[in-house]
Amino acid sequence: MAMTRKQKRLSLIAAAGAVLAVAAGLILFALSDKIVFFYTPGDIEKQGITAGTRVRIGGIVENGSVKRDEALNVEFRVTDTEKSLTVRYKGILPDLFREGQGVVAEGVYAGAQGVNADTVLAKHDENYMPKDVADALKKKGVWKGEAGQ
Amino acid sequence: MIVELGHFALIMAFVTAMVQTILPMWGAVARDPGLAGMARYSAFVTFALVLLAFVSLTLAYIGSDFSVANVVMNSHSTKPLMYKISGVWSNHEGSMLLWVLILTVFAALVAVRGGGMPERLLASVLSVQGAIAAAFLLFVILTSNPFLRLSDPPAEGQGLNPILEDPGLAIHPPMLYLGYVGFSVAFSFAVGALIHGRIDAVWARFVRPWTLVAWIFLTLGIAMGSYWAYYELGWGGWWFWDPVENASLMPWLLGTALLHSTVVMEKRDALKVWTILLSILTFSFSLLGTFLVRSGVITSVHSFASDPTRGIFILCILMLFIGGGLVLFAWRAPMLRQGGLFAPVSREGALVVNNLFLATSAVAVLVGTLYPLALEMLNGNKISVGAPYFNMTAVPLFIALLLFVPFGQSLAWKRGDLLGVGQRLLVAFGIAIAAMIGTFAVTRGGPVAAPLGLGLGVWLIMGSATDIFNRCYRKGISFGIAFDRAVGLPRSAWGTALAHAGMGITVIGISATVWGVETLGVIRKSEPLSVGPYTVTLEQAFKRSGQGFREDVARFTVSEGGALRGAVETSKRIHLGREMPTTEAGIVTYGLGQLYASVNEIMPDGRVSIRFYWKPLVTLIWGGALVMGIGGALSLSDRRARIAVSVKNRKSVLTKSGARV
Repeated sequence: MAMTRKQKRLSLIAAAGAVLAVAAGLILFALSDKIVFFYTPGDIEKQGITAGTRVRIGGIVENGSVKRDEALNVEFRVTDTEKSLTVRYKGILPDLFREGQGVVAEGVYAGAQGVNADTVLAKHDENYMPKDVADALKKKGVWKGEAGQ
Repeated sequence: MIVELGHFALIMAFVTAMVQTILPMWGAVARDPGLAGMARYSAFVTFALVLLAFVSLTLAYIGSDFSVANVVMNSHSTKPLMYKISGVWSNHEGSMLLWVLILTVFAALVAVRGGGMPERLLASVLSVQGAIAAAFLLFVILTSNPFLRLSDPPAEGQGLNPILEDPGLAIHPPMLYLGYVGFSVAFSFAVGALIHGRIDAVWARFVRPWTLVAWIFLTLGIAMGSYWAYYELGWGGWWFWDPVENASLMPWLLGTALLHSTVVMEKRDALKVWTILLSILTFSFSLLGTFLVRSGVITSVHSFASDPTRGIFILCILMLFIGGGLVLFAWRAPMLRQGGLFAPVSREGALVVNNLFLATSAVAVLVGTLYPLALEMLNGNKISVGAPYFNMTAVPLFIALLLFVPFGQSLAWKRGDLLGVGQRLLVAFGIAIAAMIGTFAVTRGGPVAAPLGLGLGVWLIMGSATDIFNRCYRKGISFGIAFDRAVGLPRSAWGTALAHAGMGITVIGISATVWGVETLGVIRKSEPLSVGPYTVTLEQAFKRSGQGFREDVARFTVSEGGALRGAVETSKRIHLGREMPTTEAGIVTYGLGQLYASVNEIMPDGRVSIRFYWKPLVTLIWGGALVMGIGGALSLSDRRARIAVSVKNRKSVLTKSGARV
């Protein structure tokens, strides 16, 4: 079953085309479905985010708002200095999670109950503020520069 | 004084790198052997000067010279020697210097080993290496100079970031850089070939060992980084699809493709233009990775500083080399003599499939990594592209590729017999299916993904075993002869089989993560907690201080079915000086799995809030990467024989040993 030169080339192009088409389809679908937008507590209200949406929420952990219980459930409020939102999380918080410090939580927005987070990220070291949070705060004019640098 | 010497050497290295860029290229184009011959000497001199600069900085670190700003920021006189030395590349400036050092090491090695290469090709390869070195040396000198002195030196340094204070720092960055930067050789060879308009199987034979070296180091470097993150960050995860991880994965994917396409070029003189393009793209991805990590456009543990001039500078270097390389490709590639075409069902056809899947999965990772940056620039929307995206794009493409691998490995060159291959692989396939069904039956009710992935891993391992078996054994020959044949197989055959089996081992380790158990709890002294098959009991919670830190330690005993198996300690550590808390995870290995403890808080009343994981087979993830690296090294050791023996003799040697070429 010897193939002509043309057939060989065509089969090569067809295989490449098929793989590329599948890859492009997967990428486009994943980009429309699997990405998560970042909001500040104010954005959630302003942009009318509906309950059930997966969100990333960033801001400062409100002073005095952290409540823990025996079963490692944690509840705290994230603020952008104007609005604030409750975040619930079960598990162990990052080492650098503190009241008054920047935080990013990812989870499902549950309307008035706030966000049920499955991931909570804090800064990596004492100089670092999550970039998304820093930008959001800069926009609001409450950013005081990188503390400690 | 030594610091000034290093600083001076760094500037001189820039000058010699410029000489290395201009004169040899001129010589190569104008066919002036004298100028072309300058390539090797200038490569040696540039390497020596960068080495001198690097050693000077290292000495400043060892001697705790706190008049140097870089030492003050990243070292402390009480640090152990290992952290003083690895502290050199714990920061942006020092790690860029290491980057350039490795680049010049590769150039010098090419110069040493280039004796048998055509003089003009060698000259242009070293010239391109010189240009990359010059660009990055300028970057270091102008924006990231590690030799800057302080007019008012402090008495003590600020110490190392505690997360970096780990043996991993001594190994991970140099390995990763050897991988990243090693691909520059393939890039330079591609540019050299484009300039001369000549490319053939000999070219591929020169390029392949360098690509293999880079690939081995990148594989091990990524695995090392993954294990480091796993035990250091205390989250129990081994891969986070973090942009910085993706930055190392993309060159790995393309580098793996390049490794396979150079084989086709070497053996069959085909896929030439594609291999050239792949050489350019692989190093481009390495540069892109350097840009992503070093420019501060993304924040992670790896971004030491975000000075916008640095980002713009690296972006310019990026555009110069990627853009220049691609423009040269677009202009000169049509003039290259096209390689031959081949039958779709053949070893080379299978390697095309390999390249297709690897390249598209690299693109999927690229899109996922850059899309958030692009979107933010376009409309200010901030998004996060995480595991769900990559699990839907790159992962299925990669799985499809892995399903193919045993077929490709068993197909013959030129014209493969798919039916015959299918028959030969029947046993391997049967074992894989049996492993899958067996696991499924044993873990009934558990997740389905794990047995499927495990079957895939077994399929890869058995596919490699089948390939080796069929090379050694034919019906009717004795065991002794088969054994002799196995010993006589070219090392590259064993290398391929090991590398693919290593991938299979990693796949099994990854699949088994689905069976992982996580237990959270707040427990008192002597209170038990069950974690998968084990029971842990809080033995003691106490305070302890060590060199440069104090910590709250929780100590647990581990038992299985009533029998004591050992103990595990995890602690919350406060590093003095930086007052920064870190969690020190406690890890004990049982068989191939690991019990992972991470303390959250030790409460004043003595209770401990803790997280435990039982991770069955988890060590296979990194063990598989190690096997891949060993496979690569075996292939590499085959190189000498391949280059020394002429093509004609090689054929007869291989026929004698019963191997298919």
